[in-house]
Amino acid sequence: MSGALLQISDISCYYGAMRAVEGVSIDVAEGEIVAIIGANGSGKSTVMKSVAGLVRPRNGGIKFGGEEITGTPANKIIYKGISYVPEGRRLFANLSVRENLELGAFREKDRRVIDERIEQAFALFPVLRERADQTAQTMSGGEQQMCAIARGLMSGPKLLMLDELSLGLMPSLVEKVLESVVEINKNGVTILLVEQMVQEALEIAARGYVIQVGRVVRQGTSEELLASDEVRRAYMGM
Amino acid sequence: MDNFAQVVVDGLMNGAIYGLVAAGLSLIWGVMDVINFAHGEFLMAAMYACYWLGSLAGIDPTVSWIATGAFLFLLSAVAYKAVVRRCIGKAAMAPLLATFGLSIFLKNFCLNRFTPNFRLLNNTALSGKTVNIFGAIAPVPQLVTALFSLVVIAALYYLIKKTRTGWAIQATAMDAEAAELMGIDTERVFTLVFGLGGMCVGIAGGFMTGYLAVFPEVGTLFSLIAFVVVALGGFGSIPGALCAALLIGLVESFAGFYIAPVVKYVAVFALYLAVIMVRPKGLFGW
Ligand SMILES: Nc1ncnc2c1ncn2[C@@H]1O[C@H](COP(=O)(O)OP(=O)(O)O)[C@@H](O)[C@H]1O
Ligand SMILES: [Mg+2]
Repeated sequence: MSGALLQISDISCYYGAMRAVEGVSIDVAEGEIVAIIGANGSGKSTVMKSVAGLVRPRNGGIKFGGEEITGTPANKIIYKGISYVPEGRRLFANLSVRENLELGAFREKDRRVIDERIEQAFALFPVLRERADQTAQTMSGGEQQMCAIARGLMSGPKLLMLDELSLGLMPSLVEKVLESVVEINKNGVTILLVEQMVQEALEIAARGYVIQVGRVVRQGTSEELLASDEVRRAYMGM
Repeated sequence: MDNFAQVVVDGLMNGAIYGLVAAGLSLIWGVMDVINFAHGEFLMAAMYACYWLGSLAGIDPTVSWIATGAFLFLLSAVAYKAVVRRCIGKAAMAPLLATFGLSIFLKNFCLNRFTPNFRLLNNTALSGKTVNIFGAIAPVPQLVTALFSLVVIAALYYLIKKTRTGWAIQATAMDAEAAELMGIDTERVFTLVFGLGGMCVGIAGGFMTGYLAVFPEVGTLFSLIAFVVVALGGFGSIPGALCAALLIGLVESFAGFYIAPVVKYVAVFALYLAVIMVRPKGLFGW
């Protein structure tokens, strides 16, 4: 897939001497939703962090929109049109929802654009409007996750990477949050998703990659993966 | 009654100045978890700069505080880039010892260049003037310094709380990695924070030179008091630092007048010990 928006080619990542990711290649086409699934500690977040510039791959390369971005520092990645919503939300706890959103648009200098995006965020997650002046830490887990997604959208990214949205959320909320991901995608944002809720993730994704101890062991359309006994046994407890 | 008013006014005037010196220290601590041991020597550097501007170029402290504020912003930012940044993430004591070394260097540099003599600017624009406040006599240079300190503290607080730059500073303090993901260059934020911390003492030092003598040890007492203020006020809190500074100023002036001048710092540090034993996070800390 040479025309892919995001091309991760054969990257290996290390923490000190420990290898966390080995020879992983992932392509995401413009407009797609792609899921990365795998057990805890298999290297999913590390793949995303290497795209986001938080981890520098030792080997391999990453291209975005045809441009080489391997090793670009984290604070420059958002300017390329990539936004990473990290695992555990990482909101600025003592800042208000509105201030968190403002910071999501830190690269944006045009006041009107920022206000417009805040309005879009409130339209997508109406509860955030009510909470606008509350500090992030006073919100429930679900509200915080919505705020984190909204903050990730504030820069107007082409690619949104979502790391374990479902972490610590009730199943009913997970569904709601994933529905909003579909809506975001319909508005033209390409999505790369890491999930432990495999069934739910594959239901909204077009394709998926299965990672085991740092390697891609399987890839295919969501239908293929959902139909695979191996995947069902290993990740869906069936 | 007049004595009482005088003691209160003296205490509040000193307290406001301590507040500005401490605000810079507190800001740096709050964002970076670094105690800048050279903070007092930065104050000294500002005072020397102001003194030389006054005695060589005839520029009055009421004007030269702008220059010393800018100078200290630069000096402090450079100190961060050249010294402090290299120690962060190493041993916990490293930044502390590095800034301590910087303070010794600055102090001895001035001792070597400028001798240990006291130097006082004469005939500054405000010198000799006083105003009457509820029966208390306030020397205008001190009063102006105190009022200006309050203005600068308020401006700093506004910057941190209400501007995008301020949110970026707070975000960096809370979670630097997440701040990077927002496109915030946290290295630049750290440099800015160090610069702002230096600017506080730059402005304070500029004004103070209108009525205080400059000598290589002048920063020592101020930095000691600033540490107490920051600890009492709760590390990293600017309103906390201001309240604690005014309290310290009052304690110092009451103890100095009603007990004896020699015990005023004894009272200050006794208060500090007492509070820290009961509330280790300070009066206004979390
Ligand atoms: N900052 C880190 N330092 C050292 N090891 C890490 C770090 N982050 C992750 N690891 C290790 O790398 C491996 C992959 O982690 P991660 O990418 O977070 O997995 P996942 O997101 O799939 O749960 C794990 O063995 C984990 O312990
Ligand atoms: Mg993870």
